[in-house]
Amino acid sequence: MSLPARHETVSADTFLRGLWQENPVFVMLLGMCPVLAVTNSAINALAMGLATTFVLLCSSTLVSLLRKQIPKQVRIATYIIIIATFVTMVDYAIQAISLELYNALGAFIQLIVVNCMILGRAEAYASKQRLGATVINGLGMGAGFTIALLCLGAVREVLGAGSLFGVQLFSDNFQPWVVMILPPGGFFVLGAWLLVFAGYRQRRERRLTEQAEVTADGR
Amino acid sequence: MNQPATAVPATLTVPMLRTLGLVAALSGFLVVLAHHLSLPLIEENKRIAIERALFKVIPGAVTRRDFQLTAAGIEPFGEAPAATGMHLYAGYDTDGRLAGVALEAAAQGYQDVIRILYSYDPACECIRGIQVLKMAETPGIGDKIARDPGFLENFKALDARVDAAGSGLEHAIVSVKSGSKTKPWQIDAISGATISSKAVARMLNDSARQAAPVIMRYLDVLQRPDGDTP
Amino acid sequence: MAAESLGFIFLNAAVINNFVLALFLGICPFLGVSAKRATAWNMGLAVIFVMLVSSISAYGINWLLTRFEIEFLRLICYIAVIASAVQLVEMTMKKFSPALFRALGIFLPLITTNCAILGVALFQTFREYSFLQCLAFSLGAGVGFTLALMLMAGLRERLELSRVPNVSQGAAMTLMLAGLLSLAFMGFAGLGGQHA
Repeated sequence: MSLPARHETVSADTFLRGLWQENPVFVMLLGMCPVLAVTNSAINALAMGLATTFVLLCSSTLVSLLRKQIPKQVRIATYIIIIATFVTMVDYAIQAISLELYNALGAFIQLIVVNCMILGRAEAYASKQRLGATVINGLGMGAGFTIALLCLGAVREVLGAGSLFGVQLFSDNFQPWVVMILPPGGFFVLGAWLLVFAGYRQRRERRLTEQAEVTADGR
Repeated sequence: MNQPATAVPATLTVPMLRTLGLVAALSGFLVVLAHHLSLPLIEENKRIAIERALFKVIPGAVTRRDFQLTAAGIEPFGEAPAATGMHLYAGYDTDGRLAGVALEAAAQGYQDVIRILYSYDPACECIRGIQVLKMAETPGIGDKIARDPGFLENFKALDARVDAAGSGLEHAIVSVKSGSKTKPWQIDAISGATISSKAVARMLNDSARQAAPVIMRYLDVLQRPDGDTP
Repeated sequence: MAAESLGFIFLNAAVINNFVLALFLGICPFLGVSAKRATAWNMGLAVIFVMLVSSISAYGINWLLTRFEIEFLRLICYIAVIASAVQLVEMTMKKFSPALFRALGIFLPLITTNCAILGVALFQTFREYSFLQCLAFSLGAGVGFTLALMLMAGLRERLELSRVPNVSQGAAMTLMLAGLLSLAFMGFAGLGGQHA
């Protein structure tokens, strides 16, 4: 017999978790494909982040509202249908807003449906928590995802094209580091960010252990 | 012994079907709604995008009519063009005179397929300009075909005369080494981007070889912007 | 572009525009399953099979949807078909090769969220391939995926015996390696250059 699900009380941590400790890209390594593919410019990264956040919010909301009604056997199929619906809606919305953006993002809009982050959250969180907690957590996760995309997109665009959000930053003499906006650049920049965060975490741990040793010795 | 893993008690199938049915119905409703609401906006966007490219590539054009080549000759199409067959986009200037005819062409480039729009001027029997619609060439190298002013200069008056028999081009459009262009039907390739340049030459030749004779043959139909039959 | 030859489509999908290293599809399993060559090989075979099945089904579904002009249901139908195909593969494998089934473990159901599979279905629809072209395309995509996976697995197995900086252990190292592989694969870019 399974224990009744513990409902989380909504707090600031519910939102902030998704930005840092449980950042879907840098910590949980979910939804990697769009992270590498559409971050060759900052505006594409932002658009993809917003689109994914929208799908995450809407699908998590619906799953949380219907969580008592969905039988266990068909839950994955149901989640997938719900997610696919909202992805189709986002697909049409982006086409209606800007065809240029749509062509730049390409097939990756429709590929949001297989973004493991969205399905993972629906299964692990939205199906067990109340509406309020789900929405706040979804916002946090989406924000973390968008910020991660922007980190990559900004670096790649500045190095690879000399611009940010389309605004030229450097003079004409700047030789763009073209590989940064090509596929290998995506891998390199993401690997570099992970190195940075791993280094930061290592140093913090070392500092904490040193502090613990000092307090232990100082007694 | 092992029970069938998928045995579902009969009492659970009803809620299962009910939920799936409810979700499917809701999903269908939302998708149809989104499709219906966005369709006019998307069509408008597409029209604006085509016209922007069209009026850029046919100098002087302000209005357009679309024609397609059928077994019976050239026919205008409004709402639903046939998927295959030659599509001719005729552009007319402010006086209603035919400014040029634009067509799409595509060929395999270096990385992936390159798709362009080019305009043909029947008055001089030459190509007046190209506009790259879609490409995935190497940024900074192959993608110069879209922006490099020296390369685009090739297409201001690229000779594409129809031959005497009216079945092809008098001189095939070819791409030559950068700087060695001597004839008006040659294209100066971008040095360092030979394959992309050759792709442009190849698609222009293949397309113009079929389209130019058709345009010259049905010139009188194309020249009437309001489509009055004589 | 229906005039592309089958051999070229295969080569394009497998090497020139490799699904993992050039198109960024299937990164999650690429990062997750590429630690050992044996698991990588098994995953690759499973993916090839699922891609073929999904490709054929997607072709059929697309034909049906276009016939009744309900294309907006395409995404939902595709993903449903892929989930079912994976389920089918799982059941077949369990019945005919239980050892293989156990070796793959959790990775088999994860193929459903493998964007490469949906990518195959979507791309072949965009490019309007004929049935044989679809087969060549999905086969090429699967082979390319397996190739990338095996290369990465070979590299990572070697690296386990080397000293690497602590900071880069794990995903960071894998991504840097992937970047180098992707750079190498860019060398194939002109392979189809003089085609047609």
